[in-house]
Amino acid sequence: MKKILKFTVFIFLCFNSNLISAEQSADLLKPGWSFKGFFGKFDRSSLQRGYQVYNEVCAACHSLNYLSYRNLSEKGGPEFSEEQVKIIASQFTVIDGPNSEGEMFERPARPSDKFVSPYANKQASIAANGGAYPPDMSVLVKARKGGADYIYSVLMGYQDPPANYELDDGVYYNTYMVGNKIKMSNPLMNDLVEYADGTPATVEQMSKDVVTFLAWTAEPHLESRHKMGFRAIVYLIIITILVYFSMKKIWSRIETEV
Amino acid sequence: MSEQKKGKRRDFIFTASYALGAVGVGAAIWPLIDQMNPDASVKALASTEVDVSRIERGQSITVLWRGKPVFIKRRTEEEIEKARQVNLEELPDPEKDEDRAKNPEWLVMLGMCTHLGCVPLGDKGEYGGWFCPCHGSHYDTSGRIRKGPAPTNLEIPKYEFINDNTIKIG
Amino acid sequence: MSDHSYTPDSKLGKWFNDRLPLLTLSKHLQDYPTPKNLNYWWTFGGILTFCLITQIVTGLILAMHYVAHADMAFESVEHIMRNVNYGWLIRYVHANGASMFFLAVYIHIFRSLYYGSYKSPREVIWIIGMIIYILMMAAAFMGYVLPWGQMSFWGATVITNLFSAIPLVGDSITTWLWGGYAVDNPTLTRFFSLHYLIPFLILGLVILHIWALHVPGNNNPIGIDLKKPSKDTVPFHPYIVIKDLFALLIFLIIFAFFVFYSPNILGHADNYIEANPMVTPAHIVPEWYLLPFYAILRSIPDKLLGVIAMFAAIFVLVILPWLDTSKVRSAVFRPLYKQFYWFLVLDVIVLGYVGAMPAEGIYLLVARVATAYYFAHFLIILPILGKKEKTLEVPISITDPVFGGSSDPSLAKNTNKEI
Repeated sequence: MKKILKFTVFIFLCFNSNLISAEQSADLLKPGWSFKGFFGKFDRSSLQRGYQVYNEVCAACHSLNYLSYRNLSEKGGPEFSEEQVKIIASQFTVIDGPNSEGEMFERPARPSDKFVSPYANKQASIAANGGAYPPDMSVLVKARKGGADYIYSVLMGYQDPPANYELDDGVYYNTYMVGNKIKMSNPLMNDLVEYADGTPATVEQMSKDVVTFLAWTAEPHLESRHKMGFRAIVYLIIITILVYFSMKKIWSRIETEV
Repeated sequence: MSEQKKGKRRDFIFTASYALGAVGVGAAIWPLIDQMNPDASVKALASTEVDVSRIERGQSITVLWRGKPVFIKRRTEEEIEKARQVNLEELPDPEKDEDRAKNPEWLVMLGMCTHLGCVPLGDKGEYGGWFCPCHGSHYDTSGRIRKGPAPTNLEIPKYEFINDNTIKIG
Repeated sequence: MSDHSYTPDSKLGKWFNDRLPLLTLSKHLQDYPTPKNLNYWWTFGGILTFCLITQIVTGLILAMHYVAHADMAFESVEHIMRNVNYGWLIRYVHANGASMFFLAVYIHIFRSLYYGSYKSPREVIWIIGMIIYILMMAAAFMGYVLPWGQMSFWGATVITNLFSAIPLVGDSITTWLWGGYAVDNPTLTRFFSLHYLIPFLILGLVILHIWALHVPGNNNPIGIDLKKPSKDTVPFHPYIVIKDLFALLIFLIIFAFFVFYSPNILGHADNYIEANPMVTPAHIVPEWYLLPFYAILRSIPDKLLGVIAMFAAIFVLVILPWLDTSKVRSAVFRPLYKQFYWFLVLDVIVLGYVGAMPAEGIYLLVARVATAYYFAHFLIILPILGKKEKTLEVPISITDPVFGGSSDPSLAKNTNKEI
């Protein structure tokens, strides 16, 4: 039995292309996330601050197409109150229609609406950003090797290029970006936003908050997954023990060892 | 004696395994069933707003709410009168018109026959209200069942007037 | 099933059984005499049946919410993950279930290789098993395309382009496979259709696989023919059922760990980026279970020969019963084969490893050596070994430590035709 277990782990380790990464830039910063581990949960206030950073900074270019405003009040997320979410949503304008005259019309967003995108379409976003496409951030944390650590590192990784380092216009130096070149200028600086809860808005704090928020947008059911997983595994262990003793009993009818 | 004890313990282990196994299978099956229930995005689309400013007296419009047709009828005085004069004891599903139409001029109800879900036709039938062509149910000007196989009156959804011209359904 | 002698107790049961002998079948399955010395490597048949059913059930459910259209597929997967009740759970079980399925099938295949379960009279079981394995790879590949992420798209492009290696008609075939001039919406919809079909083909083949197994009965760790039923065997129910169940539960604990705590570790981050026909990811790798074949494909510098080598790597397994000339089944009594066996295991793991690496420099060299050894094992070592190897003496029964047993069914004293 033990052999089989070891074998399983071994096989997965051998074949797992995520663990045996081919190219590796600088070691990522690992600030330690509350949502990792068996009982990992999001830090509620960090999520709320993270939304603020997204909304005031990132949302100028990056969309969150797969999210709806109602998600902000759902369990396991930032858990704004439903009233707060109605107010948040109503600050955005969506195009609805056609109405009975066949015309499209504008109305304030409701919680059931999807997040309003900063650009009408992908081409518009590319045109507005000098040929660089600001990716949708809904699943960004899952779409990058290194996940939350990677996004955090990139946000923290803006530096002056080494001497004699050639950079084109509109390209910036970043320690953690593959090839060290990034087309997004450093989006954060100290006190860029003013947190309602009085937390000092350092670059480090904002990076951590917004990455926590993005980890949630990528995996909105993470908390219930962890909770259910713990229960499932405890259950499985108990029933496995019971079945083991049942098996011993049954096989004791004949003299062979199981 | 010890043999008996042994037998009992064996029974306990088997019973416990079966019982716990049944719980586990049940817990594992629930997600497979619940996934067919309305999902979060469907539940969120609970309400819809309708502009009724262009409906003349005697006219009605049909709007879609949660995938179902909703009749919004602006009734004439005669129709209201007719609906209010009915003797409740004659009705298969007694209900006052006053309870069905908070604002007597406006009747808002689900356009689904309570028999088997067809959409009844307006201004038809023996009672001047609606008539369901599928199996011949007659509704009066208050949408109450009068004749035919349908068991209950046309259902009134939750709605409210946000202002004079707009009804919010749901 | 030849045990027509069985008569149900109840009148209704007899009436029904005379018309459709399902009760006879069920009785046969319960009483099916199984060698009592089967070890835990033999529990993977049951585990695989569980995997197949899990994949079919969760797949059926995902298909209720998934939209097979290039413009909507990616979004519909996110819809499943976010909005559908327990959608995230069902999708993660399905995605990780594929990996667990392959893990189990590899153990099952290597168990067969170790104990010589593919040898006479079980060749047909083995060949059906190989067809199942090939269909599994096809299903897994097409399933990976459905979320329409970057890896889906480029994986589909690379794999379908394999067929362009065929001389003369290659290009026409790839165009036919795509339904266009590149992987696009028609490709996605046909892959979805086939991905839905294949599991049911597999299910049918699994029934044949088990039927074919019940004709000679199970092989066993010492690889001898047994008298059935005898004191060397136990009835399938409850002995094997409970043992399979125990092993399945251990398997489920590992499965649950992946689903609940690292659901994406076996996938590739690029597949969370929607497919973009203009940008190829820096590093395309297939899912881990296809890596050894991918390494073989890339180790050959010629396009056509590479494709041929990859398919030959599977085909050589199909004809294995005739390549292995040894009369002794189990590696327990084949000291030399045992060493070559473990060397083959290592070789396949090495192939898997270099398959995940860029095809250059030292990796390419290693891949070539490992590929050569892979074929040498089956085409050279096994045929010669069977003739030259000095095997240990084989006991005559599991319980009696008497030597002189034989793997040749015509020589075995106690062969009892079961079905």
